[in-house]
Amino acid sequence: MSDDALLEIRDLDVTYWGRSLLGLKGKGFHAVKSANLSIRPGETLGLVGESGSGKSSIANTVLGLVPATAGSIRFGDVDLASMRTRYPSAVRKEIQAVFQDPYSSLNPSMTVEDIVTEALRVHTAMTRDERRGRALELLKLVSLSEEHLERHPHQFSGGQRQRIAIASALALTPKLIVLDEPVSALDVSTQNQIINLLYERRDALGIAYLLIAHDLALVHHISDRIAVMYLGHIVEEGPSDRVYRSPAHPYTKALLDAVPLLDPDAQRRRRATRKALPARETPRVASQGCPYRNRCPHVMPRCEAEMPPDYPVDGGGTAACFLFDGSTATTERTSDLGAPA
Amino acid sequence: MLRLVFRRLLALAPLLFIVSVLTFSFTSLLPSDPVDLIIGDTGTQEQHEMVRERLGLNQPIVVRYVQWLGRAVRGDLGNSFFNSVSVTGAVMQRLPVTLSLTAVSALIAIIVGIAAGVAAALRPRSWIDRLATVGATIGQAIPNFWFGLLLVAIFAVNLRWFPATGFTPISVSPWDWLRSVTLPAVALGLSSSAAIARQVRSAMVGVLQQDYIRAARAQGLSARRVILKHALTNAMVPVVAVLSFQITVLLGGALIVEQVFAINGLGTLAITAVRQQDIPMIQGLVLVMVGLVVIVQLATDVIYGFLNPKARPS
Repeated sequence: MSDDALLEIRDLDVTYWGRSLLGLKGKGFHAVKSANLSIRPGETLGLVGESGSGKSSIANTVLGLVPATAGSIRFGDVDLASMRTRYPSAVRKEIQAVFQDPYSSLNPSMTVEDIVTEALRVHTAMTRDERRGRALELLKLVSLSEEHLERHPHQFSGGQRQRIAIASALALTPKLIVLDEPVSALDVSTQNQIINLLYERRDALGIAYLLIAHDLALVHHISDRIAVMYLGHIVEEGPSDRVYRSPAHPYTKALLDAVPLLDPDAQRRRRATRKALPARETPRVASQGCPYRNRCPHVMPRCEAEMPPDYPVDGGGTAACFLFDGSTATTERTSDLGAPA
Repeated sequence: MLRLVFRRLLALAPLLFIVSVLTFSFTSLLPSDPVDLIIGDTGTQEQHEMVRERLGLNQPIVVRYVQWLGRAVRGDLGNSFFNSVSVTGAVMQRLPVTLSLTAVSALIAIIVGIAAGVAAALRPRSWIDRLATVGATIGQAIPNFWFGLLLVAIFAVNLRWFPATGFTPISVSPWDWLRSVTLPAVALGLSSSAAIARQVRSAMVGVLQQDYIRAARAQGLSARRVILKHALTNAMVPVVAVLSFQITVLLGGALIVEQVFAINGLGTLAITAVRQQDIPMIQGLVLVMVGLVVIVQLATDVIYGFLNPKARPS
């Protein structure tokens, strides 16, 4: 991919080693397999997939919480993967995170001021007064006020807590914020406020987001590009509108079909087609072949034997599916499956 | 916070009153007569009456209680039935002994318990976790008097590192005080450190799974800061509740351990007083112990509020 990328992930593998009884390495669990992703400065990349697809593992690896097993993660001029989980302060400052559950992600024994300024205390030489001043600025950025500084997390609502988490992620004005399901724990009415806040901050400060979510509609709304994960593989990647309006990979289509339709008749018809599909168990560790082959309506003999590489898709991006192997005939075949309304 | 302390101290007065009524009536309900114990089987009827009158036992229990209470509020807990020493004096003389034993063993229990619990929680199912779990089970199962005898046999009799019995006040020689208090404090603190270790481990394992730990690590805080500031502060919330209970247990256990190490503390005094049905002495001892327990609980409540903002009165 391009050289101007802020974050470039190449052939990333993340494997968790279970501990067997004798303390020997057991069979590894491959959470992420040869993933490729890139994010340009100020860009938002949405990473979607069902739970267990490995999207949070990518987040944790980028944040240095989990070491990469293989591959590289280039951030600016440094390779994060080679540092395992020991990033220097200069790198930590540039990558911050907002997590899913604001009821769990704020330390209950700390005041808002301490939570928001902790990163400043560790990574900068700011004095107490300077930090307090910065905390005030940050609270204003997220529509909270001075009176909230001395309070504790339990005195806030879920939406307010997530604002505090965002304020603390913004404290060092990082280049990249990893948003791990930032709104899925919130009320729908609050979700919008938080998303608008994230939007605003991105446009004002030029921060890049790695947005992890399972809700494609939401991701489409805020992202420039979308990557779709399935069982540790990135199966499709492309511009947000293209992926959302004309998904290429059969799994992306299935994911979009999982969003309920407003018209009950249309919903019923769609459900009927879905039920006609073979219901087969998905193997947890696909040794070879396409990870989606057991659930795919278009499965071909090739899919059993080899892992499809990333093929370019009309309208931008790639899909890891043999349906896109060169010939235009296959592309037409997919179009009769219909894009979601 | 100050209001909480003040409210609790106010509540101490009615509590002490109820406790004193209960101990006073229970000791009077005992089937045997302390006068018999004082003059023995051979005494005449007149001697009995004389002693009874001297001790004021010929008066109705309510009158005796009110008289006792009148003096008690001025700090005079009466005199022993047996040797006429002042109860206040006797208790105050022994109090530092038992207090230093309890305090040192509480300190040992807290340090060992937290260290073992944190070490175990950081690497669940590792050898250190298993060692701590087995150690905690054994520690809670071993009776403190037996462990005390074992310590005496090894460290006092064989190795001669510590005195086997006795107690040196800290005012006489701090070094000898430390030597005399170490073995009994270790014997006493063992089961409490095991209980604290278990509590710390389970609380810590829970806290370490919280997202704020993940968030703190993602912000690049040092492992030390994450563990001590973020994890331990929150893990201590349930531990403090156990701590208050454990210190109460230690106070009670001290009475037994004092016997093993022949230490003249409140325990020795209490056992003699009960055996002799020395009602004023029992009364005084119970009140002092209740006072200590209430103060310990008050202290833990204050610490609890400090650690857990949700528990702070707003």
